[in-house]
Amino acid sequence: MTLELSLNQQPAHARQGSSIGQPLTRRDGFLKVTGAARYAADNHPPGMLHAVLAVSSITRGRVASLDIEAAKAHAGVVEVMTPRNRPALAADPDAKDHPFMFRLDLLQNDQVRYPNQTIAVVIAETLEAATEGAALLSPRYEALPARVGLDDAESFVPRGVGVGGPAVQHKGDIEAGLKSARTRIEATYETPAQYHNAMEPHAIVAAWDGDRLSIDTPSQGLAMAQGRIAGLFGIAPQNIHIRSPFLGGGFGSKGMISGPQVLGILAARLVGRPVKLVLRREQMYGPVGHRAPTRQTLRMGMDGEGRLTAIHHHAKTASSTFDDFFEPAADASHTLYASPAITTSHEAVRLDTGTPLFMRAPGEATGSIALESAIDEAAHACGMDPLEFRLRNHAEVEPMTGKPFSSKALRECYSQAAKAFGWASRPLQPRLMRDADGFLTGWGMGTATFPAIMFQAEARAVLKADGSGLMETGAQDMGQGAWTAFAQIAADGLGLDIEQVDFRAGSSDLPNAGIAGGSGHTATAGMAIHNAGAAVIARLADLATGNEASPLFGAGNEGVLARGGRLYRRDDESRSESYAEILARAGLTEIEGHGKGAPDPASQETYAKHAHGAVFAEVKVDPDFGQIRVTRLVGAFAAGRVINPRLVRSQYYGGMIWGVSFALHEEAITDRRSGRIQNANLAEYHVPVNADVPSVEALLVHEDDPYVNALGIKGVGEIGITGTAGAVANAVWHATGVRPRRFPIRIEDLLV
Amino acid sequence: MRDFDYIRPATIPDAIAAAAEPGSAYLAGGTNLLDLMKGGVTSPERIVDISRLPELNRIERLDDGGLRIGALVRNADLAHDAAFARTYPAVAEALLSGASAQLRNAATVGGNLLQRTRCSYFYDTASACNKREPSAGCAALGGENRLHAVLGWSDACIATHPSDFCVPLVALDAVVEIEGKAGRRHVTLAEFHRLPGDTPQRENALEPGDLIVAVRLPAEAASFAANARYLKVRERTSYAFAVVSAAAALVVDGGKIRAARLALGGVAAKPWRSRSAEAVLLGAGANEANFIRAADAALADASPSGDNAFKIELARRIVVRALMSAQAGTPERLPALPASPFSNIPGARHDA
Repeated sequence: MTLELSLNQQPAHARQGSSIGQPLTRRDGFLKVTGAARYAADNHPPGMLHAVLAVSSITRGRVASLDIEAAKAHAGVVEVMTPRNRPALAADPDAKDHPFMFRLDLLQNDQVRYPNQTIAVVIAETLEAATEGAALLSPRYEALPARVGLDDAESFVPRGVGVGGPAVQHKGDIEAGLKSARTRIEATYETPAQYHNAMEPHAIVAAWDGDRLSIDTPSQGLAMAQGRIAGLFGIAPQNIHIRSPFLGGGFGSKGMISGPQVLGILAARLVGRPVKLVLRREQMYGPVGHRAPTRQTLRMGMDGEGRLTAIHHHAKTASSTFDDFFEPAADASHTLYASPAITTSHEAVRLDTGTPLFMRAPGEATGSIALESAIDEAAHACGMDPLEFRLRNHAEVEPMTGKPFSSKALRECYSQAAKAFGWASRPLQPRLMRDADGFLTGWGMGTATFPAIMFQAEARAVLKADGSGLMETGAQDMGQGAWTAFAQIAADGLGLDIEQVDFRAGSSDLPNAGIAGGSGHTATAGMAIHNAGAAVIARLADLATGNEASPLFGAGNEGVLARGGRLYRRDDESRSESYAEILARAGLTEIEGHGKGAPDPASQETYAKHAHGAVFAEVKVDPDFGQIRVTRLVGAFAAGRVINPRLVRSQYYGGMIWGVSFALHEEAITDRRSGRIQNANLAEYHVPVNADVPSVEALLVHEDDPYVNALGIKGVGEIGITGTAGAVANAVWHATGVRPRRFPIRIEDLLV
Repeated sequence: MRDFDYIRPATIPDAIAAAAEPGSAYLAGGTNLLDLMKGGVTSPERIVDISRLPELNRIERLDDGGLRIGALVRNADLAHDAAFARTYPAVAEALLSGASAQLRNAATVGGNLLQRTRCSYFYDTASACNKREPSAGCAALGGENRLHAVLGWSDACIATHPSDFCVPLVALDAVVEIEGKAGRRHVTLAEFHRLPGDTPQRENALEPGDLIVAVRLPAEAASFAANARYLKVRERTSYAFAVVSAAAALVVDGGKIRAARLALGGVAAKPWRSRSAEAVLLGAGANEANFIRAADAALADASPSGDNAFKIELARRIVVRALMSAQAGTPERLPALPASPFSNIPGARHDA
């Protein structure tokens, strides 16, 4: 998929010099606002049928019967896929070959292990017929009692949390640290289950041709999805072509291929025709991952000067009954605040839910709201301003490991954001500020952090006889602006204006760009693009400097510069030659180069790599009603090099607004008896509306990091949630004097 | 697909005849009905589309000083009718505090009266609901019910009526004009909605085929224009149903309350007019102490139906605030965030 839109249509952004660092608007924006961008479910290959999931209305038990005859008798219904006739798979969906492989519900048996689990798939000529066919199945169940809450099952210590980190980690002697403290605090915070609600629900259009498979589906990790599907169906990965040019949001839910997506492929296999399957909104609440609930207890000790002597962060969380993903909430305390003793520990229960998985800032988001609340409580216990307290406990090296930071402009973030916010005039005590209308007003802050992660990626660069360039990598644009930021990196890597670069991404037949997750996509695929550009320019330079007819002949030692489609002799820029001239003389129609992006193992060993930020929030609370409104948010973030400040700012805004959502709105309301989620729709699963966030400001703090990667990129996708949620909670305390200990903060918690 | 008949009658009598058949449902804005059909909550066999019936989309001033609002007038059109908003400011404010701009552009006056509860167990066809299936039981009792009713509920049903619009309407003695097989009749809005009792499936006074053709406001409703407010507490600033709401309207003369109207939303299966609170206020001084007495009277019979005791105290406070706001006087223009406690943003416009 190539974007046909050129920046020529956006003359306001015509520019000179480097592409990196320019605030270009999204290159795919025109396609999106005109409806021309083709999302997965917009594809309708000839002969396509519609598949609809029939999902379980019980939480645990087995399907005793389905009225398949009634469904098949309905006009337009072509087939009903159940465990009895589901095509065979080459791999057991319940197999787990490695920790990154998650078990899928693919109609392997009649067991029900969570609500909204697929129990059958109805395939029909129309969506309406398939929908009615699914209703006609009238399932009967043998139900077992549901295990719903964190206290409803036996607790255990998981073998690993997050992506395999230890469940318990120690540094120093936590009890000694607490004992020696002048001041201590202990507090328990609860966060609810949250479910993915990307604008675009999971969707797939699948078509088989023999053992070749063509798929349109949103994916944050094309090569991983390709590999997983290949394993399940016993076909070669290269026989699978996945197109994913645009995602209507991913947030971690489209990182792995989900069960329903594979069921769409199975349905196409069963009927021998292309099949489209789109999840209904309520069907998102189960099989595509979610953020698990947590109950976190923090114990902190402080000496007479407000220095932390101990941090104990304990988190209880939940996974499903059949797979392992444990929200690493307590690990948030590894990196932010200096303390001679730190213990992080996790315990978990198994509940009758879909498996919780990655959701924007997994672990960091849940852990941050508890840690930042506790830090606020600790500062208050010491009689200190929360910013002063954080500065007093600023970590000069990574607290848990003792490693130096590759870069850390957190102090600058604190000072810039505090100044922009006007923090200095904040009274220490709560419930002292009122505005002209009588609303309780509160100011709170939180520190933001997220690790600078890199995965593995590849890219292919081509220079063509006409002097133009091509850059290919299977990168994924979830809406964050990958089409634009990568094109900017490609243009600089190729020494071309961005208009002269054909940037291709979003397809599995392109080089593997790794996963768009962990806030690592720009760094990882960006480095692959950068290196591919360098490789092809090196080839071009060889052609020129080695040829007597070139004005660059003999410049091999001095080297050349690539800029604006020409190579210049580094020591004498009056000597130059265009790419087209060099290729023409060599008689070549094109040359290519390949590049990889990967973390540098040496610097990985030496340095702690994290992005940082500081977020300040103002809330107004109605003193009688407890209704809360976040009237101002100011964040400052340092995340290494910024490829496109406009896109980066948008990422921060989105993250900060999610932080507001975390503190005030989002919650899956689960019936305590049945385990069914009662608000699986956008009307009642609340996320903020525009009126909830009247003023959001994100400051970009300059940060040079020579160690993370050659481009100096850290990543901005997830950090905005961290810090913000705690800042809002702390502002609510400052406004009301009531310390929020469960989230989202409810009106009744503030009715005093 | 599930087939149903779709009928678009040309006249009101044709519509009534068509809808009198069992299994029929009227379709107007469709903002609630279509969701219910998609979710399998209702499955009408016959849709009678009245959206293009003539003469039901007018706002008429009546000779007796009253107002007649056609059943098909859109919520947004009514709220933005300048004369209407000036005369019945609490109603306009309530309308603009409901749903989203897109929904208000589609939803109709008649449909608003007939919207179904937002009780999640009513929508969840896997849960027991006496309203959806008589005698099935009520899963909301003992379930997730922090937003459920605190007044007028029964063991058969603890759901609330979700309308904002109906709250000031019932306070202002609105009358529902109904046309049915037996001709035209008028039912006060206070009597239109029913409390659940043992028959929560019977939600209102309509008989099969009955069509709401208009809502009338009596002449007296205009006398509150200078001191009428609607106030709504919700869990986000927009696009959220009321946790609790209140409409208050006063006629104050020399510090004494000459007439008082008070109704609550989000607390019961119907918009809750509190005549006992009005009785406390009538002839009393317009001051906070009396407003608190009125609030106590309004909530005297309230009791929690689950994890919602806080709504009783919240409702008391909203009654007091709504009365204080009404006494302070209707604002010159509709506030930026209608009915919100955070309505005062200088320079902001509600339609910006």
